Amino acid sequence: MDKIKWPYPILYGDEREVEADVLVLGGGIAGCWAAIEAARRGVKVALVEKGCTIKSGQGGMGCDHWLFVPKPIGRLTPEEVCYQRLGTYENAMLWYITWKDNIDTLLEYEKIGAKIRDTLDEFKGAPFRDEETKFLFAYDYVNRWCIRVWGNTFKPALYSELKRLGVQIYDRVMFTRLLTEGGRIGARVVGATGVHGRTGEFYIFRAKATVLATGMVERVYTYLSEYTGLTCLGPMNLTGDGYVAAWRAGAKLADLELYIGPGGEGQWGLGLGYPNYATGADGWGTWYACDIVDAKGKKLQWVYPDGTPIKDYLGRYKPGPGTKFYTWGGPGWPGFLVNGKYVSSWTIDWCRDHPDWIEAIRKGEITLPLYADLTEMPEYERRAIFGLMVGQEGKTWIAYRNLTQAGFDPDKDMLQCYKGLGAGIPPSWRIMMFSYGGCVVDWDLKTSLPGLYAAGYAALHSRGHSGAAVTGRWAGAKAAEYAMKAPEPKIDYQQVEAEKERVYEPVLNYKKGVGRYTWKEINAAISKIMREYVGERLCEELMSIGLIWLNELREGEMRQIYARNPHELIRVLEVFSLLDMAELITRASLARKSSVPPWFIRIDYPEEDPPEKRRRITLTMDSNGETRIGEMPLDYYLEPPFAPTLEKNYEIYNPWGKR
Amino acid sequence: MGEGRRNIKEELKGEYYALPNEVIPTRLVEFDPNVCDGCVGLPEPLCIAACTIDALIPNPEKGKPPVLLYPDECGGCQCGCCVAACPLADKGAIKMNWPITQRMRWKRKSTGEHFRVGMPNPPPPNPKPPVSGWGWGGKYE
Repeated sequence: MDKIKWPYPILYGDEREVEADVLVLGGGIAGCWAAIEAARRGVKVALVEKGCTIKSGQGGMGCDHWLFVPKPIGRLTPEEVCYQRLGTYENAMLWYITWKDNIDTLLEYEKIGAKIRDTLDEFKGAPFRDEETKFLFAYDYVNRWCIRVWGNTFKPALYSELKRLGVQIYDRVMFTRLLTEGGRIGARVVGATGVHGRTGEFYIFRAKATVLATGMVERVYTYLSEYTGLTCLGPMNLTGDGYVAAWRAGAKLADLELYIGPGGEGQWGLGLGYPNYATGADGWGTWYACDIVDAKGKKLQWVYPDGTPIKDYLGRYKPGPGTKFYTWGGPGWPGFLVNGKYVSSWTIDWCRDHPDWIEAIRKGEITLPLYADLTEMPEYERRAIFGLMVGQEGKTWIAYRNLTQAGFDPDKDMLQCYKGLGAGIPPSWRIMMFSYGGCVVDWDLKTSLPGLYAAGYAALHSRGHSGAAVTGRWAGAKAAEYAMKAPEPKIDYQQVEAEKERVYEPVLNYKKGVGRYTWKEINAAISKIMREYVGERLCEELMSIGLIWLNELREGEMRQIYARNPHELIRVLEVFSLLDMAELITRASLARKSSVPPWFIRIDYPEEDPPEKRRRITLTMDSNGETRIGEMPLDYYLEPPFAPTLEKNYEIYNPWGKR
Repeated sequence: MGEGRRNIKEELKGEYYALPNEVIPTRLVEFDPNVCDGCVGLPEPLCIAACTIDALIPNPEKGKPPVLLYPDECGGCQCGCCVAACPLADKGAIKMNWPITQRMRWKRKSTGEHFRVGMPNPPPPNPKPPVSGWGWGGKYE
């Protein structure tokens, strides 16, 4: 390519000050909802987004499942599901909030223009359709805890509502650090700094309250500098900027060592896998519960966990004998009969390393490759899976388009599944999605710092699109309440100056000709260090070397990283976030002297803690800049000062005045 | 040299350069310059406005298709929002081609024939739109 002059004006070093009551960092699902709820309370709101608010974020590119629908639309109560999660590393508080506010939030989506039901009557008479409300259910048709939605309409609807409410949107701006009162670690958060990815202009946001909604993190383990191995379901710019900024401001983070799951086969991790749900997936997620057929045309037998064979299609969408319900990742999930045993269709349970799976292949019970076969399923199931879900899930609109344009026809064709081939992403390439870790929040969704709230994946274990939407609304409302009473925020300009120096260093390295490394090379190095030392074989010695390596990188090569334009500057700053994330994950992994199956297994501490000893590992930066390791109870949200039950806390803390 | 025989030597004449290897994937987002007008008249092309990672930049020449400056970043994302945003996508203004390593395979149940995305002599396109039509696919103002 010929040299092209940078197409935008260069404004390096220019400062733009923005003042708001509530500052929302991240314009994904959680951030948009937080901004909307805050703005509806009449306060002045600014929203900062690294990409483009109209589509960006992990949930921005689509959503096919709306999870955790309670009575009266569904059949379950939040209590019967959420109490199951107590005593686990999940966060039953956020599960509960997500269940309780679920329907209201979905209806809010509809009010602002999103499509949530079968208004065109395309599924009239289907067993998963409620004829009165026209909702289409997924998974468990008896208990109806999940609704199939037209998620591609969600983000544009949110964007229009933000505009209507007069929220100031700062697109293409990466937020870089939180600003605190007096520049002190652990003090009240009074705003943030940012830099524009097209102009390089420096932003100073001053706000009474701040909501962190920056999503999760990718590219810590999974990175290929070419052939596109960067990410999974989200965009490649999810780099943990929020976690890192919160940690550096003194907020308490927890469970970062649990923020890792193994790479898999087939989908996720583009370079080594395939686009999401664009291959014959397994029996979960978007493709649940399709027929899986082997190369000889033999159908895998669907079974309930007790081994009872499932005779018809409808049976896959019902709980098994003696089971009232099965929910997302919970007990009771239907599966396949493999090597004479039940193997859950939940993806991890039948990935490459499953012993029954390997044995079935070895002895010829299953002939590879497998195919997802919709041809014999009822028309409405086929159309729901391929026509609706693949049309609407994150990044899958293009999959529907490309596959059909290439001639794929689900009425006749079976799409290959890449599971079981022994290829794909090696286990040490840890993938972050659906994993744990984040800012510790209370029932107000406030972090441990005054003035700082967190929602979506930025908060400890929020789950999925509905979790982001619900916690976003809650955090936005709470932040607005706080902002209405909070004193004027004061910026410490020494803190701003220090940040400005940090931000522009890579540009100066380029200008002075002393830059030696690109963001890509350093990203690749971080990922390799993490795979080798904090990946598949977790133990004290390896992880300690990993920490030394990361520190050497920070003190060495990172000082010679360079950026040739504002876009590269954003990527470089992301790599700084990734390095911090790598360090946090390593420190937390070293601190946990036990294993947490199935993903966090320490070679030197293979035993799981007994239930009464299980704790969350916390990381907090103290006022001297030292990171302190601590621990907290799993169910901290039911300990004083909070009430002892989920119901009571909801009654006390919900921002809607509901009882 | 017999009549009708190609003169390969003549065809090969020209300037050659010392160049670094190209960044791959090379054909991820493709524009048809005969259809795409670079959204002339709008503040910026709609595909650029919809790109979640800012991998596209405007063409220095007005009226010409945008440039995918960062195919490697796009390859790590592949959201297709640019295609969904384009009012001329159905006329072929913009396409997102999956990289060769990600061209998935399928098999026709009745005949056992094997197919893949991007194969030579592909089967005819399947014209069926997604549920509720393409209009729900992410088009926005």
